[in-house]
Amino acid sequence: MAREKSTLQFDTDWKYSAAPESTEHVRIDRQYELFIGGQFVAPHARQYFETINPATEKVLARVARAGRKDVDRAVAAARRAHERTWSRLKPAERGKYLYRIARMLQERAREFAAIESLDGGKPIRESRDVDVPLAAAHFFYYAGWADKLEYAFPGRRASPLGVAGQIIPWNFPLLMAAWKIAPALACGNTVILKPAETTPLTALKLAELMRDVDLPAGVVNIVTGAGDTGAALVEHAGVDKIAFTGSTEVGKQILRRLAGTGKHYTLELGGKAANVVFADAAIDQAVEGIVNGIFFNQGHVCCAGSRLLVQESVADEVIAKLRERMETLIVGDPLDKNTDIGAINSSAQLEKIEQYLRIGQSEGGEMYQSSCSLPRTGYWCRPTLFSGVAQSNRVVQEEIFGPVLTIQTFRSFEEALDKANNTPYGLSGGVWTDKGAKIFKMTRALRAGVVWANTFNKFDPGAPFGGYKESGMGREGGLHGLGAYVELR
Amino acid sequence: MSRKKNSPGSRPLPRVPVAKTYKLYIDGKFPRSESGRYYALQRGDTTLLANICRGSRKDFRDAVVAARNACGAWSRTSAYLRGQILYRAAEMLEGRAAQFAAELVLQGVAKRRAGAEVAAAIDRLVYYAGWADKYQQVFSTVNPVSTSHFNFSVLEPTGVVAIIAPEASGLLGLVSNVAPAVAGGNTCIVLASRSLPLCGISFAEVLHASDFPAGVVNVITGFKEELIEPFASHMDVNAVVCGDPDAAAARKIQELAAGNVKRVILRSGADWTSAAIQSPYFISDTQETKTTWHPIGT
Repeated sequence: MAREKSTLQFDTDWKYSAAPESTEHVRIDRQYELFIGGQFVAPHARQYFETINPATEKVLARVARAGRKDVDRAVAAARRAHERTWSRLKPAERGKYLYRIARMLQERAREFAAIESLDGGKPIRESRDVDVPLAAAHFFYYAGWADKLEYAFPGRRASPLGVAGQIIPWNFPLLMAAWKIAPALACGNTVILKPAETTPLTALKLAELMRDVDLPAGVVNIVTGAGDTGAALVEHAGVDKIAFTGSTEVGKQILRRLAGTGKHYTLELGGKAANVVFADAAIDQAVEGIVNGIFFNQGHVCCAGSRLLVQESVADEVIAKLRERMETLIVGDPLDKNTDIGAINSSAQLEKIEQYLRIGQSEGGEMYQSSCSLPRTGYWCRPTLFSGVAQSNRVVQEEIFGPVLTIQTFRSFEEALDKANNTPYGLSGGVWTDKGAKIFKMTRALRAGVVWANTFNKFDPGAPFGGYKESGMGREGGLHGLGAYVELR
Repeated sequence: MSRKKNSPGSRPLPRVPVAKTYKLYIDGKFPRSESGRYYALQRGDTTLLANICRGSRKDFRDAVVAARNACGAWSRTSAYLRGQILYRAAEMLEGRAAQFAAELVLQGVAKRRAGAEVAAAIDRLVYYAGWADKYQQVFSTVNPVSTSHFNFSVLEPTGVVAIIAPEASGLLGLVSNVAPAVAGGNTCIVLASRSLPLCGISFAEVLHASDFPAGVVNVITGFKEELIEPFASHMDVNAVVCGDPDAAAARKIQELAAGNVKRVILRSGADWTSAAIQSPYFISDTQETKTTWHPIGT
C-alpha cells in the first residue's frame, strides 16, 4: 500500500485580526543619563545618541554616550560599593536584594516586555513569555545561591573577584543583563554593565528598578555607549573581571587586550549550530523544532540552529513541510501578539543579512523565502532557506545572525557528525530521532556546550549555557555559572 | 699474587656502560627532532650528560596531529580504564624509582630531595588515577528546569592540551600537569624542563609501558622561548597550560591563544612538592561543561 503523503494542515479561511499589545502602561523618557553610584548622571562630554524602534525607524529616546571619564567614574563607584557595602554585607542579605529585584521585575513584567519589543524589534510574544520571565527567574535563582556558595565548590572557599565589567549584546538585552548581573552580585561582586547601543532601554529601566529596590549605590552601574565605551571598560585597570557576550571576532580582540593584565574573563561568543534530523525522527515535531531553532528572535540568536542536517531519505518530506510551515509565519509588528517574526534589530544588521543572501546565491545555493508581506517602514527579512549548499560555503560556515537556514543532507550517522562538528564554533546543537541510544551517541559526540535532543532553544536559569571551541569559555546559568564570578582558595 | 695484581695487562677493564640516547616521544614512538638540532646538557662546565633534542615547530605540529588522532578514542575510553592506566604508570615508575632519582641527582638535585620528588610523583599518579572515575560525579549536575525537560550537565575533555612543564621541577612538575589533563580524557603535548629534561623523557618510557595509547601523551624537549609561540598559537590545540609562567610568558601565551579562543591555564607560584597542589580542580581546568536537554512526556 502506497504511503499517503502527509502534509501539515495549515490552510484555513480564518484571518488574524491585529492584536497589538497596549503601550499606555509604558513610560519612556525623552532622554536617559548614565546610572553611576545609584544616580542618573549626565555624561562628562555631554554626548548622546538616539535609540530607534526598528519596526518604525522612529526615535524612542536619546541616550548618554559614556566616554573614558564616565567609565572611570563608574569603576570608582563600583569599587567603593564593593569595599564599603557589598562585600561586607552578610551573604543572605545580598540574596535578599536579588530576590527584591526578581519580584519587582515580575511586577513590572508587562512594561519591560513592551519596551523590549519596541527597542529591539522582537515579537511581544517572545519578550512577554521568554525574555522577561527568564530574566526575573535568573535573579530569583541566583538570589538563593548568595549564602550557599560553600556548597557549590567542594574543598574550596569562594571569594568574589571584585569589580566586574560586563558587555552585552542587542539580541536579548534584558535577559543578558540578568545573566550577567545576577550571578555576579550573588557572589559578592559589583558591576558596570554596558548594554548594546541599539537596545539600551530595558537596561536603563532596570537601573530605575535597582534604585527602587534600594540596592546600595554603586553595586550596579550602567554605562551606555558603543564599542569605544566597551573598550574603555575592558582596558580599565580598576576592573577585575570582564564578562562579554557578542561576536567571536570582538571576543578575540578582547582576549588580546586582556593578555597579561591578570584580569579574569568569560566569553559567550558566536555559533553556527547544526540541527540534525534523522529519518526515524517524529518529522512534524522536528519541523516545529527547526522553525523554533532558526526563526526564534529573527534568528538573532548565538545558539540558533542555523544549519539543518537532514537524513537523505526524509529530506524531501522535511523540506516540503518546512516550506509549508514557513508560509504560516507572520512577519510584522513586534507588538502584535500574533507576530512570529519581528523586526531585524538595526539597519546595519539587515544589511549584513542581505549581504549573506547575495553571497549564498552567488556561491550556488538555492534560496527560498516565504511569500509573506512585509511592512513598508522598518527593517525586515523574510524567513529564508538555502539548499544545495556545500560545507565550505560561507553561508554554511559563518554566523549570519538572521532568519536564514542552510540545508544539507547526510546518509550516515558519521557523515552527520562530521558535518555538524566541522566549524570553529561549538555553542549548541540539536538532534532529532526516536532512538534513545542514537540520541546519546549524537549528544555526546557533538562538540558543543548545549545540546537539545528532540527540542531546541530552551533556556533556564538552572541550566548552564556556554560554548566549546571558538564559541567562548565559561558558563552562565546553574551552579557552573557561579564559577565565572569567584576566586577559589 | 702481587705481581698479578700489579700487572696492567692482566686486569680486566671495566665494562663500558650503555649510554642512553634521549629522544622525543611522539605518537608512541621515540624519534629524534626532525630538525636535527640538539643542545648539550652539561653538569658544571665540562661534563656532558647528554645531547638533548632541540625540538622544533614541526616536531610540535607532528605531536599535535598525533594528539588529535588519539583524542576521540581516549576521550571515549572508560573512566575506569583511564584510572587503571594511570595507576599502571605509577606501578612502572615505582619499579624504576632508583633510575629516576639517579637522573635527578645527575642533573644536580640533592639525593634526598631527588628521592622525595620521585616518591611524590608516584603518589600523584595514584591520586589522579583515583580521580579518573570520580571527578564527573563531583562536578556534574542534574538541573531542575521549570519546563518539562530532563536536563543535565556533564564535563567533557576540552581536547588537545599543550603543556609547558615547570622549569624547576623536572619530574614532579611535569607529572602534576600531565596527569590531570589525561585523567580527564584529554590528549597532550608536554614540553619538558630545559634544564632538567632527563626525567621527562624517561617518563615517556613509563607511559609507553603503561598501556597509554600512542599519541595520548607526547613529550617534546627544547627551548621554551622558541616553542611557546607554536604551543600557544596552533589552531588545532584547545588549551594551553603553563606550569610556571613569568609575566612576559603569560602575556604572550594569552595574546597568541586568542587566535582560536584557547583555554589558558597559568599555574604561577605553584609549589609542586606540596600535597595541597593536587586537586580535582586541576582536572576541571581542562574540561568543558555540556548541558543536554530532552523532553519528558507529560
